[in-house]
Amino acid sequence: MANEITLTIDGKQVTVPAGTLIVDAARELGIDIPVFCYHPKMEPVGMCRMCLVEVGRPMVDRATNQPVMEADGTPKLQFGPKMETACTTPVSAGMVVIGMSDKVKAARNDVLEFLLTSHPLDCPICDKGGECPLQNLTMGFGKGSSRFEFEDKQHNQKHVPLGELIYLDRERCIQCGRCVRFQKDLADDPVIGFYQRGRNLVIDTSSEPGFDSIFSGNTTDICPVGALTTADFRFGARPWELKSAASLCNHCAVGCNLTYNTRREAKSDGNVVIKRAMPRQNEAVNEIWLCDKGRFGYHFAESHQRLEKPLIRKDGELVESTWDEALDMAAKELRAYGFRFVSLASGRLSNEDLYEIKQLTENLHGQACLYSPMAGGDLTPLIGYADPQGLSRVGKGTVIVVAASNLHQEAPIWWMQVRAAVKRGAKLIVVNARSTRLDKFASAVVRYRFGREAEAVLSLVPAAETSGESGKIIAAAENLVVLYGSDGIGLEGSRQVAAASAELLRASNLLGKPGSGLLPVWQRANDQGAWDTGFTPVDDLAKVVSEADGVLIAGADPAGDHPAYAAALKKAKFIIVQEQFLTKTAQLADIVFPVQSMLERDGSYTNGTRRVQRFMPVVEKLPGTRPDYLVTAQVRQKVVHSNLEFISAAQVFMVLAAHLPDYQNLTYATLMETVPQHPILGRSDVYYGGTSFENRQGLGVQLGTAANRRDKYSLPAAPSTQNQLPDLEHAEELMAVPVAELLDTGTITQKSVLLGKRTSTPFALMHPKTAQQKGLAAGDKAKISLAGVTYQAVVRVDESVPTLHVLLPRSLGIPLDKPVLVKVIQ
Amino acid sequence: MANGVYEMMRGLWQTFRSAWTKPVTIQYPEVKRQVSKRYRGRHALKRYANGLEKCIGCSLCAAACPADAIFVEASEQTDENRYSPGERYASTYEINYLRCIFCGLCEDACPTEAIVLEDNYELSFETRESAIYTKDMLLDAVSAPNQPTPRKVKPGSFNRSVPEMKDPVD
Ligand code: SF4
Ligand code: SF4
Ligand code: SF4
Ligand code: SF4
Ligand code: FES
Repeated sequence: MANEITLTIDGKQVTVPAGTLIVDAARELGIDIPVFCYHPKMEPVGMCRMCLVEVGRPMVDRATNQPVMEADGTPKLQFGPKMETACTTPVSAGMVVIGMSDKVKAARNDVLEFLLTSHPLDCPICDKGGECPLQNLTMGFGKGSSRFEFEDKQHNQKHVPLGELIYLDRERCIQCGRCVRFQKDLADDPVIGFYQRGRNLVIDTSSEPGFDSIFSGNTTDICPVGALTTADFRFGARPWELKSAASLCNHCAVGCNLTYNTRREAKSDGNVVIKRAMPRQNEAVNEIWLCDKGRFGYHFAESHQRLEKPLIRKDGELVESTWDEALDMAAKELRAYGFRFVSLASGRLSNEDLYEIKQLTENLHGQACLYSPMAGGDLTPLIGYADPQGLSRVGKGTVIVVAASNLHQEAPIWWMQVRAAVKRGAKLIVVNARSTRLDKFASAVVRYRFGREAEAVLSLVPAAETSGESGKIIAAAENLVVLYGSDGIGLEGSRQVAAASAELLRASNLLGKPGSGLLPVWQRANDQGAWDTGFTPVDDLAKVVSEADGVLIAGADPAGDHPAYAAALKKAKFIIVQEQFLTKTAQLADIVFPVQSMLERDGSYTNGTRRVQRFMPVVEKLPGTRPDYLVTAQVRQKVVHSNLEFISAAQVFMVLAAHLPDYQNLTYATLMETVPQHPILGRSDVYYGGTSFENRQGLGVQLGTAANRRDKYSLPAAPSTQNQLPDLEHAEELMAVPVAELLDTGTITQKSVLLGKRTSTPFALMHPKTAQQKGLAAGDKAKISLAGVTYQAVVRVDESVPTLHVLLPRSLGIPLDKPVLVKVIQ
Repeated sequence: MANGVYEMMRGLWQTFRSAWTKPVTIQYPEVKRQVSKRYRGRHALKRYANGLEKCIGCSLCAAACPADAIFVEASEQTDENRYSPGERYASTYEINYLRCIFCGLCEDACPTEAIVLEDNYELSFETRESAIYTKDMLLDAVSAPNQPTPRKVKPGSFNRSVPEMKDPVD
């Protein structure tokens, strides 16, 4: 190919795309050129000089412009007088790189000695010790002993908490700037930076609270020394003592791949506990990043409030029982009431669990409801965004539309990838009622008043009269990705937005291209899997539940989320709940089955792009608990006398794959396949020396779509462009709309003590004028009365919020599942 | 024949001679044998002269141990509650003497000379559990006038966890 370049590194030839840096070209050959400040996911800066190599280029005769030849006919090479940094020098044709000469080795030795002039002798107590690039490279290229007396060294502060999550040891910092660059260039939270100069140069945080970023944990991974460590893992174990298990983050629809490191611990009564979560490289999903919710929010399994025995209701009280008794009772009651059966499950469950619940529901001719306020899961198998590369390679030519979503809080890693895509040349159109953090990267921003989401999305259709600038952008698109979330909308609103987004895609004529499609920003990890196994959300959940004879609830706490659901559940005749904790819903149940958390068992999730991925058991199961799929299967066996065919998640998955056309040919083995990924990051790596990133446990399988297969399919009609919400002009009340907040107090998140310090307080976000009308100012405590109950929230103001609206966070104690009118008072 | 008699006489002579030499047997446990200077008996966790624990909970001994006999768990300490210099101390330290082969590699690995194989060879156990020596069993007693650990110290006075050490002699 024209833009490929062949060069020689240490005597070996390699051909790489033009523009590749020498370090990366060397990696392709398996040659490590040591680096500190360079990171393949960030722009090179050439600050540390660790990567110096000798570079020779073919000599060109200035007069004739012809290459000069040696006597033997090979091109004559010209080496510069000085060495060059391999991390900033792009390759050129015929280049010869020498990375192992005495001169290069001497340079590395010098750089290391320089870096170690003021480095403490901390390796024995340093959390990075054992997986530290500085340690490794010093072993490889450094001097055996130091010429510096300890007392002569520059001593800096050793214990600097940068906020609650990250600790800084200023003595260990080698000033590579990776953390600063990550926060600025990738996370767009430039809250840490260099302070002072020369030997006094230190990292400091400029935000309040310190290191205020939801991506802060990533800096501890990429820091090439032990300067940045997490409060979570601090002195928790030495890296070589840890065992690891591949898992998935279950907090949002991105489905980040991660590895949990575990250790048996005396502090935890001799149990195997998770010591830390590390990202697992999957370029199609999370690349090598995790948000802080995923990194620190795994403590739910250790919580001491877990249920360990089945509970059954006897004389009005929930009492502990045995599995046999509880299963028998469940079967007996279901046989009695089976004629109006409703199952309610959420995307917190795995595909296997959901499939079993769906089977039971079908056996009982019941209704399988998804506990979610979002629609559109039926569209994704048709026109979903199904690029096997995920969002990580999106760039020039692609237009990304983000509609009704506060992506930063709803799916942090996608937010980061959308932002990176814009940097690579993709165009972004943000359609939202209020400003979000994506606005500043957008080529066009479309505002609407809540209730008019569908209209706003449809206005982008290039043919529409209103489309304007954004219509032109879309008309010129080679690929179109439409993400829609749940910012300020309930289920009905979501249905409209989904249909409008589908219409926009259809009108663009780009469907069928792998890089185009619909990408719903689900609230839970496996909502898509729930749609695929046959669950759908219902409009009036309270009504459906209250009319049911038998209800099975798994992975959801409707009673805790909303008093209306609690009231409805009280009307239901018979309730079975599968839960880890004694939630409000479980307290209303007739039978509660204690189930295992995802960390104690295996299973699979289908993420937002419909990539099916597998997770493995990480810790030992809590005695007395069973996985959801097994509980349901055992109930089913007793109700319909089915054979209990399924005893393992793998078996359930096999049956599931046989019955769901899209999942055909999938097995756990195929989900566990891996291919080499680029950039090459792994265990024995110069970019990172630790256990992090390496992925040997599977990349998952991306499901195809009908559009990409060129199958026949039909989309719903374009939604009406009418306002979905009542006119507010003369109302005394405000329209309250639910919005997402990443660090909420959901059943799972609230168990993390560490994140607890960062969880948001309930807030009420309004236009300053609206606040003023109500006699409120930013920071005041407002009383919000909703269906007769009063809730407190701290007032925040934002000019971009439509007037007469108030934005309230989900899962922070205020029950709000769709836009409703509320009274707001001082 | 003559050869047989000779051999028998030689054996008896040996018996006769030994009967007059000083016996090597000692009256253990009343009398205890002096062990060599480099004897490798039961471990002890040492303290500095100021009474602080030398062990910083780095687990390098456990990493070096070929028998996987050592289990260390570290925690963070503050100047209010100081066990050892630096930020980290061993909150759990256990040696399983059913596993230990007294090779001394742990001693070599220790960056602070905290773990030392001493001259106690009197190890016998009735249960498996009693073969596991915990930190309080291994740690040397604190000598007067030093305060026991953890103790409160002047802030900032013990920042350096790994001390300067001379190359070992002997
Ligand atoms: S950063 Fe690396 S070299 Fe420095 S003390 Fe920690 S482990 Fe040792
Ligand atoms: S804290 Fe780590 S990543 Fe940041 S500049 Fe220092 S060494 Fe580099
Ligand atoms: S003496 Fe050898 S076997 Fe015994 S604890 Fe030390 S390293 Fe392990
Ligand atoms: S005894 Fe020495 S090697 Fe073992 S944990 Fe303590 S300081 Fe580290
Ligand atoms: S200068 Fe090249 S890695 Fe730092």
